[in-house]
Amino acid sequence: MITINALNDVFPILIQGIKITVSVLLASIVLGYLTAFVAGFCRLSKNVILRKITGFYVEVFRGTSLIVQLFWLYYAFPILFGIEVGSNFWAGVLAISLNYGAYMSEIVRGSILSVAKGQTEAATALNMSRFQRMRLVVFPQAVRMMLPEFGNYLILMLKSTSLVSLIGMTDILYYGDILRSSNLSQAPMVYLLVLIFYFILALPLIWLTRKLEGFSKKGVASQ
Amino acid sequence: MNEPMVKFKDVHKSFGDVEVLKGINLDLMPAEKVAVIGPSGSGKTTIIRMLMTLEQPTSGSIIVDGENLWQMEKSGRLVTANEKHLRQVRGDIGMVFQHFNLFPHMTILQNCMTAPIHVKQENKASAKARAIEMLDKVGLGDKLDNYPSQISGGQKQRVAMARALVMRPKIMLFDEVTSALDPELVEEVLEVIRDIAHEGRMTMVLVTHEMEFARDIADRVLFLDKGVIAEQGTPSEVFGHSENERLDSFLRRFRR
Amino acid sequence: MNSWSWEVFFDAFPAVLEGLGITISLTIACYLFALVFGFGWTFIRRIPIKPIRWLIIWVMEFIRSTPPLVQLFFIFYAWPMVPVIGVALDPFTSAVLGLGIHYSTYIGEVYRSGIENVDSGQWEASTALNFSNRQKWTKIILPQAIPPTIPMLGNYLIIMFKEVPLASTIGVLGILSMANDYGAQYWRYLEPLTIVAILFLILSYPSAILINRLEKKMNRRFDKKTVLGRMNKGKGAVM
Repeated sequence: MITINALNDVFPILIQGIKITVSVLLASIVLGYLTAFVAGFCRLSKNVILRKITGFYVEVFRGTSLIVQLFWLYYAFPILFGIEVGSNFWAGVLAISLNYGAYMSEIVRGSILSVAKGQTEAATALNMSRFQRMRLVVFPQAVRMMLPEFGNYLILMLKSTSLVSLIGMTDILYYGDILRSSNLSQAPMVYLLVLIFYFILALPLIWLTRKLEGFSKKGVASQ
Repeated sequence: MNEPMVKFKDVHKSFGDVEVLKGINLDLMPAEKVAVIGPSGSGKTTIIRMLMTLEQPTSGSIIVDGENLWQMEKSGRLVTANEKHLRQVRGDIGMVFQHFNLFPHMTILQNCMTAPIHVKQENKASAKARAIEMLDKVGLGDKLDNYPSQISGGQKQRVAMARALVMRPKIMLFDEVTSALDPELVEEVLEVIRDIAHEGRMTMVLVTHEMEFARDIADRVLFLDKGVIAEQGTPSEVFGHSENERLDSFLRRFRR
Repeated sequence: MNSWSWEVFFDAFPAVLEGLGITISLTIACYLFALVFGFGWTFIRRIPIKPIRWLIIWVMEFIRSTPPLVQLFFIFYAWPMVPVIGVALDPFTSAVLGLGIHYSTYIGEVYRSGIENVDSGQWEASTALNFSNRQKWTKIILPQAIPPTIPMLGNYLIIMFKEVPLASTIGVLGILSMANDYGAQYWRYLEPLTIVAILFLILSYPSAILINRLEKKMNRRFDKKTVLGRMNKGKGAVM
């Protein structure tokens, strides 16, 4: 079944999709983390309205399914507001980053809240301003708590990029589907290869997550 | 010399329905060393936490070096102080905590350099020299690059003192600084406080359970009970024979 | 552009709702599969032969870090083409296998952390009382290991519910399929997709609150030696 010849046919086609998969992933990571921090800080803000609005966003995106959000952004959003999201690329990136941004904003918020109260007090006793307390004392410790969780979300985001094939983006899975429909008997090898592609992309992320876990164990208050 | 450094005027503090301080009137003179003793829950810690601006009084006022700490004037009226005002007034106050509260993500040296650099805008070199000087003084000149997790509790508390001292406070507050320590580590911390006290320049308030130590270094001892200063005087007055029954029974528990 | 129409909304609502039964039953089937299969992972990765344990850990890692969507396609499209062992499966069964296996690797980790959090003294005590190996597990270890993980397992039920619409891509007729069909038929996607989103929100939000409460209750009961307690470390930590 899996002959070297067939592999030679399949491999070069699949590899064309890597560029899309990786660029969707990178854009989603950047935008996702950005959303996480902005929303996380908004939920800790003194402004009630800001807090409520962000709370609503977080609950809606955590309460519905990513694939539903993707379809909604791609098919429904342009109808409702009469504007296109731009392209299927942006629909995909927005769905992934808004979805995981909502989850990760909870990590941002939770980590900041779980820095020991004594830390803020000590910083106050040293006469630091509110901003200095956050920047020099609380945030550096909170980030160390966030990192391992953030690492796990990298892998979740990678996996979710496969959804963009459903809105017509030419990622790895899209080419896999094309190959399968042209020759069904190739399907096992095609999908196995697709899985291996994703796994290879995941390996550095897995490695990074382990590193981050090690790093975060070092510098946080625990006794 | 006659103007008090700190003045508490009829200060009350409630947490929810519980009133922990019921009218505190207190003058702290420059360079005076005051020990605050009393049963737990009597509000000792709350007094110094209000002075450090960690807790806001429910009523009354605290005057620090002539400035009203918790209130400020705004278009002719007294209003609750904002962050800027608090920062202005509390700059002369330093505090050492029961649980040290060292910054775990910084080395010992960084713990002592961060505030001078960012709060007082000192340049790095002089802040570093000053930090090393103070760490030497507390006997930790050889631990500069260690992290707090790598040193003992007694050492942590000494770092915490150096960290407060680099800010050159006029008033130092000590909140039960030895009660989280293993017994064998208590003495090294008290030793450092004794040194600082003997230098004499700072006003010091020590909330403590170490009666011997309080007798040693304090000019004045306050006995706090049920939210009021129930008794005060020189160490020999307070620790000698007192008419106050509650103080008597409190002290007897320590003599055993 | 024609925007929101309540008429379409009410017309589409029953059509979409028709898929809810399938969505919910698929969720439960996948979840039960993952719960049971998760145990399998937990136990085979305790096999005391290093190469085998190592292999199992990597297989789990592989399943966990590759997209469930591709795994679904593999089972649905590719499995029947595999010589000798391959069989054709209907969409529902494929989805149960695909999502069930994918999430069993996560659930296996939950079990594992629960077991690792049982105090080692418990093993020693049960040895001292001369329990058999089987009795140690069923009478001592598991009864302590599993209850603290219940809120986390509950979370996975909600996660599963939100993953199930992936199965629409291989033709399981859940609410998302119904909405897409309606959209394709009348060229109206806005209302049916919004209905799907609302249904998800209505069902998952209260469950999330419920699990949150359960978690707090459990935390109080099991104090800090549990998985959840461990996750909450840092709170109140001092230095």
